[in-house]
Amino acid sequence: MAAKGFVEISVEGCKGCGLCVHYCPVKCLDLNMADTNSYGLHYAFLKEPDKCIGCANCGVICPDAAITVYRKKN
Amino acid sequence: MKEGYELIYQKPSTLLPRRMHYCPGCLHSTLHKLIMEVVEEMGIKEKTIGVSPVGCSVFAYDYMDVDMQQAAHGRAAALATAIKRMHPDKYVFSYQGDGDLAAIGTAETIHACNRGENFTFFFVNNGIYGMTGGQMAPTTLEGQKTSTSPYGRDPKKVGQPLKMAEMVSQLAGVAYSERLSLNTPGNVRKGKKAIRKAFEMQQQGLGTTFLEFASNCPSGWKCSPVESLGWIEKQMSPYFPLGVFKDVTTGVEKCSCADKQAK
Repeated sequence: MAAKGFVEISVEGCKGCGLCVHYCPVKCLDLNMADTNSYGLHYAFLKEPDKCIGCANCGVICPDAAITVYRKKN
Repeated sequence: MKEGYELIYQKPSTLLPRRMHYCPGCLHSTLHKLIMEVVEEMGIKEKTIGVSPVGCSVFAYDYMDVDMQQAAHGRAAALATAIKRMHPDKYVFSYQGDGDLAAIGTAETIHACNRGENFTFFFVNNGIYGMTGGQMAPTTLEGQKTSTSPYGRDPKKVGQPLKMAEMVSQLAGVAYSERLSLNTPGNVRKGKKAIRKAFEMQQQGLGTTFLEFASNCPSGWKCSPVESLGWIEKQMSPYFPLGVFKDVTTGVEKCSCADKQAK
């Protein structure tokens, strides 16, 4: 089954605060501990795209507006 | 964008595509974003004038794509008064932190509220002076350790933290006073509704609208961004309760600090 939603996270816009990871209800986001952006920060990424439900909690809580959220059309 | 998907959330166009200087997880950025979302939704970008303070949010004018003016320390309320009187048809807001609004600018704030100046205060209360290195602020909680109160705030020496939202709700000129937080997605959504309501009340000319935001300072509090949001919930909320203290449109008028003093 395809995911209900998906998110795009701006790598350079992310400051790695982890609020989106904490507030994701299905825990499909994570900080990329293997890589950093040009500011030396571990950025958030969509770890398990199949789980995303497109609730937009991550986008709403993201202080730096680095997350764009899409939801599947009915 | 993938086929079959629709856009449901993105950065507001009224927020300039710049990297904000705030620390990771700082709720100043969230509030900037929320105000700009409301400005975008109401279509009032050309009619909005903001006043930025001195403090961490001094560069708010670099991020918000509306007309902005930067005030001397604590005088944002006086400047916003002047702007609103010159341009009564514009939406005017002052954006201030606790060092600016509740310490050096207390007089300007209280008198602007008492005169019922028809603009909106956005008061960011994080209980510490973030920009200058985490000193004690008027809103620092009892027992909270800061760089100038290393053993914790002692109310016998420096008094109890100021409850600004309750204080200004006593004044006749204030039409709307509420304390909010932005520490969960649900509270962020509530915050956005309150900002919209404040702008709409300003349009109707009802009086001063005052929104206090219980905010965080991960660098000053020396904890992670996620822990700092939990700290707002556990430590700040008991002393700084969230809720509406005055709303002339619904007739709500309550004040927890008045009850305390009466006892």
